[in-house]
Amino acid sequence: MTQDLILQATALKKYFETGSSFTGKSSVRAVDDVSLDIARGETFAIVGESGCGKSTMARLLMRLLSPTDGQVTFDGQDVSNLKGKELKALRRDMQFIFQDPFSSLNPRMAVGSLVGEPLETHFPEMSKQQRRTKVAELLGLVGLRAEHAERYPHEFSGGQRQRIGIARALASSPKLIIGDEPVSALDVSVQAQVINLLSDLRDDLGLTLIVIAHDLAVIRHMSDRVAVMYLGKIVEQGPVDTIFSQPRHPYTRALLSAIPVAEHGRDRDRITLDGDMPSPANPPSGCSFHTRCPFAQDKCKTDVPALRDTATVAGHTAACHFFDDIAAAHPDAVVADSRPATEAAQSRFDLYQDAMRNGVTPKVRQQQ
Amino acid sequence: MQRLKLVHSDSSPNDVLLEVSDFSLRFKGAQKDLISHVSFSVKAGQTVCIVGESGCGKSVTSLAMMGLLPEGAAEIHGGGITFDGRHYDLKDQKALREFRGSRMTMIFQEPMTSLNPSFRIGDQIAEAVQCHGAHTAEEARARALAMLVRVGIPAPEKRMREYPHQLSGGMRQRVMIAMALVNDPALLIADEPTTALDVTIQAQILDLIRDLQAETNMGTIMITHDLGVVAEIADTVAVMYAGTVVEAGPAEQIFNDPQHPYTIGLMSSIPKLTGPRGRLATVPGMVPTAENMPDGCRFATRCPFAQDICKTDPKPQSFGNGHVAACHFAPLDTHFEACA
Ligand SMILES: Nc1ncnc2c1ncn2[C@@H]1O[C@H](COP(=O)(O)OP(=O)(O)OP(=O)(O)O)[C@@H](O)[C@H]1O
Ligand SMILES: Nc1ncnc2c1ncn2[C@@H]1O[C@H](COP(=O)(O)OP(=O)(O)OP(=O)(O)O)[C@@H](O)[C@H]1O
Ligand code: SF4
Ligand SMILES: [Mg+2]
Ligand SMILES: [Mg+2]
Repeated sequence: MTQDLILQATALKKYFETGSSFTGKSSVRAVDDVSLDIARGETFAIVGESGCGKSTMARLLMRLLSPTDGQVTFDGQDVSNLKGKELKALRRDMQFIFQDPFSSLNPRMAVGSLVGEPLETHFPEMSKQQRRTKVAELLGLVGLRAEHAERYPHEFSGGQRQRIGIARALASSPKLIIGDEPVSALDVSVQAQVINLLSDLRDDLGLTLIVIAHDLAVIRHMSDRVAVMYLGKIVEQGPVDTIFSQPRHPYTRALLSAIPVAEHGRDRDRITLDGDMPSPANPPSGCSFHTRCPFAQDKCKTDVPALRDTATVAGHTAACHFFDDIAAAHPDAVVADSRPATEAAQSRFDLYQDAMRNGVTPKVRQQQ
Repeated sequence: MQRLKLVHSDSSPNDVLLEVSDFSLRFKGAQKDLISHVSFSVKAGQTVCIVGESGCGKSVTSLAMMGLLPEGAAEIHGGGITFDGRHYDLKDQKALREFRGSRMTMIFQEPMTSLNPSFRIGDQIAEAVQCHGAHTAEEARARALAMLVRVGIPAPEKRMREYPHQLSGGMRQRVMIAMALVNDPALLIADEPTTALDVTIQAQILDLIRDLQAETNMGTIMITHDLGVVAEIADTVAVMYAGTVVEAGPAEQIFNDPQHPYTIGLMSSIPKLTGPRGRLATVPGMVPTAENMPDGCRFATRCPFAQDICKTDPKPQSFGNGHVAACHFAPLDTHFEACA
């Protein structure tokens, strides 16, 4: 297969040493043998519970952390040992959007300088005037106004601050952007604005996006492929529609069934997981999910399952000894289409969407 | 160890347990009211969800009901609550606080701020025990332990001796629930009890609250900005926007027959788990600040349907079973037609 890969991770590991020689050292296996191929132009999502290693993974891919073991290749170049100029060039090509729009921006810098700073770093040849023009252009790109350059972060709402963060990330004209929970701090109405913005930017600028999120609906909406992480490992990976309609790993099944759906009176078979995720300092033997897995058998306590192909579609893999048996015994939950609202309500939704799409006020009916 | 049976409250279902009427508030120095004419009620054994964007006044409203608004900072100039059959003026926060006692309790938005980091879990819960003839320290500890068992904390004896930082987020939230329910309240206010938790843990906590509620017939006010959580747990819903209740009613009607443009916008903004994945509809712009709050309908600055008349206060219109929406043009489909 001749896929145009932009980023590859091979057997990446990151173990954090914690404790002192006095209390006894232990190592946290934050990322434990992860391999990924990211195709140019796609949106790839990483999902999983708190502490499963998503942010560590992102930092490894960005070379903000160096791996304990394994390799990262960007645009065909091994970036594991880059230094100086070459590392700077890598930083230009790969940018980061942070989760927290409140703490990720220096409160003492005006928006113009915040967005201008990466321009200065990466394009030192730009004149002041050119930079000002470029800042205005970047602000426009993310739906802010040129005048906003004079203002300070505290004068903006959460959604607007996230836009500033995105403008900053776009300044160096990157090829790839990694967003670590880029919309999870935002209210749904604003979240929708930022999701739309990110997809537009991807399409218009030909960007590759890696999105880390814990909200599966957000992921379904934004991404082409998904990797599900549990305790530092990828337990399932595949095209987004397949993961949602034919999940194979019991953890993915549980995640999907745990999401509260904003529809009244929907009955669902819920797979409830007991307990918390175990500590990555002391992961369970065998399949690391066996302590919470409703389908676990003896073999799961001893043998580590490898990621292997499923019978669904090409590129869909899962790491569970028994996923075929489980799939046979538990047919895919047909996620019913949204329950229709009343006919009148549907026409209200349509009116609303029409107005949003065309940006015009709906027509007032003439009273007969 | 015996499983603790919570005492059944004496009210029968469908009794109105709490009624909040016409609550308005402004913070000192502000030009306009932050909270304007908020009313809703809670029945025994039922869950009311208050839903709305960050900053719309959900926490302030619940603090006012608890009598916990900071003295001096807030100027309450309207509103009362009826609770346990008695009427109270919301202005007199101190009297309200004394009166509600442990009959109304609250789980706060940040669990770490309400658990004291330097005391053991068991001591903190025992300290909260006031009823059940628990007069001695032993009795209080026994009650605390039984409560930890009831909220499903594994190895509860061990946990009693631990400090808050030794617990995971989900465990901490269970401890908060244990503490809130240890005196059998008639009403529980839970402010975003699952927002900081992972979905699998959130599902556990929602199940737990539902079970406890079925057992005790306690009324619950659940504050959240997650419409998914609302759909899971609400009997009735109050949708707040910028300090006003714009729509309220039975959950089924709010989800299947929403009337207010804000409710419709909110529901349209949620990415779905099924169906087509087109561009999301949004609620454009953002919530006006207290200083820039428009007269009349507060949603008018973001509403695609707004007309001149929206500069005047919309009267709540009824749609049956207590379903009300405050919009001049509800139902929208009778007032507007799709543009060509
Ligand atoms: N610098 C560090 N030193 C020690 N342990 C660390 C360090 N950074 C992360 N960890 C640990 O590694 C594990 C993975 O952390 P990571 O931040 O990657 O998780 P995450 O999936 O991003 O979680 P969240 O959803 O909460 O952001 C956690 O157990 C965390 O405590
Ligand atoms: N003591 C105070 N003095 C002045 N303004 C305050 C005070 N407490 C809260 N506010 C303001 O009141 C508004 C409502 O706050 P509140 O905490 O009730 O929002 P919320 O709906 O709970 O939001 P969230 O979803 O973010 O928790 C906010 O704009 C907040 O800044
Ligand atoms: S009253 Fe007017 S502005 Fe307010 S929601 Fe209704 S139509 Fe929109
Ligand atoms: Mg993280
Ligand atoms: Mg709040």
